[in-house]
Amino acid sequence: MLVIKDLHAKINDKEILKGINLEVKPGEVHAIMGPNGSGKSTLASVLTGRELVEVTHGSVTFNGKNVLEMPAEIRSREGIFLSFQYPVEIPGVSMVNFMKAAVNEHRKYRNLEPLSASDFLKLLRERKELVEIDSALTNRSVNEGFSGGEKKKNEIFQMAMLEPKLSILDETDSGLDIDALRVVANGVNKLKTAENATIVITHYQRLLDYIVPDFVHILYNGRIVKSAGKELALELEEKGYDWIKNGN
Amino acid sequence: MANEQDKILDEVTGSEYKYGFVTEIETETIPKGLNEDVVRIISEKKGEPEWMLEFRLKAFRHWQTMEMPDWAHLNIPIIDYQGIIYYAAPKQKPSLNSLDEVDPILKETFDKLGIPLEEQKMLTGVAVDAVMDSTSVKTTFRETLAEQGIIFCSMSEAIREHPDLIKKYLASVVPVTDNFFTALNSAVFSDGSFCYIPKGVRCPMELSTYFRINASNTGQFERTLIVADDESYVSYLEGCTAPMRDENQLHAAVVEIVVHDNAEVKYSTVQNWYPGDKDGKGGIYNFVTKRGICKGKNSKISWTQVETGSAITWKYPSCILLGDNSYGEFYSVAVTNNHQQADTGSKMIHIGKNSRSRIVSKGISAGVSNNSYRGLVKVLKGADNARNFSQCDSLLLGDKCGAHTFPYLEVDNPSAIVEHEATTSKIGEDQIFYCNQRGLSTEDAVGLIINGYAKEVLNKLPMEFAVEAQKLLQISLEGSVG
Ligand SMILES: Nc1ncnc2c1ncn2[C@@H]1O[C@H](COP(=O)(O)OP(=O)(O)OP(=O)(O)O)[C@@H](O)[C@H]1O
Ligand SMILES: [Mg+2]
Repeated sequence: MLVIKDLHAKINDKEILKGINLEVKPGEVHAIMGPNGSGKSTLASVLTGRELVEVTHGSVTFNGKNVLEMPAEIRSREGIFLSFQYPVEIPGVSMVNFMKAAVNEHRKYRNLEPLSASDFLKLLRERKELVEIDSALTNRSVNEGFSGGEKKKNEIFQMAMLEPKLSILDETDSGLDIDALRVVANGVNKLKTAENATIVITHYQRLLDYIVPDFVHILYNGRIVKSAGKELALELEEKGYDWIKNGN
Repeated sequence: MANEQDKILDEVTGSEYKYGFVTEIETETIPKGLNEDVVRIISEKKGEPEWMLEFRLKAFRHWQTMEMPDWAHLNIPIIDYQGIIYYAAPKQKPSLNSLDEVDPILKETFDKLGIPLEEQKMLTGVAVDAVMDSTSVKTTFRETLAEQGIIFCSMSEAIREHPDLIKKYLASVVPVTDNFFTALNSAVFSDGSFCYIPKGVRCPMELSTYFRINASNTGQFERTLIVADDESYVSYLEGCTAPMRDENQLHAAVVEIVVHDNAEVKYSTVQNWYPGDKDGKGGIYNFVTKRGICKGKNSKISWTQVETGSAITWKYPSCILLGDNSYGEFYSVAVTNNHQQADTGSKMIHIGKNSRSRIVSKGISAGVSNNSYRGLVKVLKGADNARNFSQCDSLLLGDKCGAHTFPYLEVDNPSAIVEHEATTSKIGEDQIFYCNQRGLSTEDAVGLIINGYAKEVLNKLPMEFAVEAQKLLQISLEGSVG
């Protein structure tokens, strides 16, 4: 599904990603861990087409298509979704209108008619229940005045609305209380199928108790320095990053 | 990163003006230039009584002693007032069927502008006075409105048919000598609308005037007067467009509103005059004086404006809050793109006790444009417990445009509370990317963000026009966004 080969990228002339290789297949869950500033969010930005990151070398394909040539909105419509580490506020734009515009753009891309108002509201209600998001949040402006945890839940709600093929969850667990963490993880698990895949970026083993990864990768200084099964996360929690640093 | 921003901006701000076409119709014009004879000719063409001619001549003589104001934050090229044609009227072919019938060419023009002139085709609940160049082409639903005693007609007609009302109210809010452009307008005004809502009547439909400039080398000088008698209510909407031309055309309007006891007037404008091209060539110079007086107790005036057009806008819809407990509000979105310049805002003059006012101004600047808010809140001695709240926000798209805020305060009563808040912001690359990531194109993202920013003002527009205005905001900024 997703194939990343020798990916190098820089921000403002500073090289951040220094040769990433990763393959994600349908149905898989990959966890990416690594110390602050190691390049995890930058990798998510590159995959989703944020222009402030410049790719200098390497390739990324998604279902055989060259992702790096697609504008960000096309990548979204192709099915790549990012749950932002820091969701952005858009004052005055209601969540409902925002999602309606997004869902209909995705439908248009697949040559489907826009949803009628009533069908859209039905979908909205259904997905809200699925991810157990508070009804009132969708009536407010996009992320405006949302608490940290509410913003994260709202990301998963949008994921449920758009049904992506590949979801990248960038520290979706940070700032969540214990209950919210469970709600969010349940939402993600309910959306899981044999066809879609998930990349979970996190600092904490705790989330991986709920969303169980098939692979864990450690990103350090712009490179994936270690990959293994889910036990790697436990090992990391026990030993800390020094273990990795010393090992390199 | 700055480069990225610029690139996005360039992509999104640069679209075509949709209403730039010219109607090929024979037009009766008078020679260029302005002198007493021209004033007499205009008055004669309108079939005006002697007193109106006197009004005009007095105004003209005063105008000759005045100079153009230069205090606004605008770079105004020298305007040659002798190079303008002051009267132009489309020649309508006389119809065999009915006196009321509009020339098909004109009908087609207004259809194209989204203003059908046949009542059965109209948006239900909106009566329209359609003005092209110097004359009113048609006023719809007059009979329906007349049944309730509402007068809605062109100003030319009102002068002939309702002289008492006109004599009583014309120039009663905006004196002829108020400023350079009001004097000019009073001398040469062509057409516009007159509305009178009698005591206790709630006008059952939106009244609106659509102004269209068509002829070249002409100026348009509209004059509108709205009078709401005790306990009455009316919502009025004004729209305007003009062809794309390399020349600059002058539009100098005067709008007056008089509101009596417990009455309310809502006045909305969607101003979309031709703004000029990308390089600043052509476009309308829009110098407008709009003022209302809340004469009676508990009276209310609400100005809402969406300003997207014109090369230069100079406009300050104001309220004189004379009645006790009267209320004035001003909600504005002003967009400037490319080389456009706008200096706009409001004046709230508190005279009555417990008078209240609210100003919400949202400026959006893109390209190399300049957008200024200029507002005065004045509380006179007797205005006990006057309240004002002003909110002035500026949104910048790109770093070559300017946004300025000039709030003036004159408070002469210690019990008054006057608050002013101002913010300046930019559309963030992060906001656009967030929308992109959900599948929205950059253009749509910017449209969404802009409309979110302007929402408080757009919500004030009558429903039928809010959607149009939303689209207009987006179109005005196409090619400029970031
Ligand atoms: N917009 C930017 N401008 C300049 N440098 C940036 C920018 N974004 C990221 N960086 C730098 O790139 C490096 C990698 O950042 P990134 O956000 O990818 O780290 P991360 O692994 O996600 O860290 P965290 O765990 O703290 O979220 C850091 O040194 C960061 O300072
Ligand atoms: Mg990060």
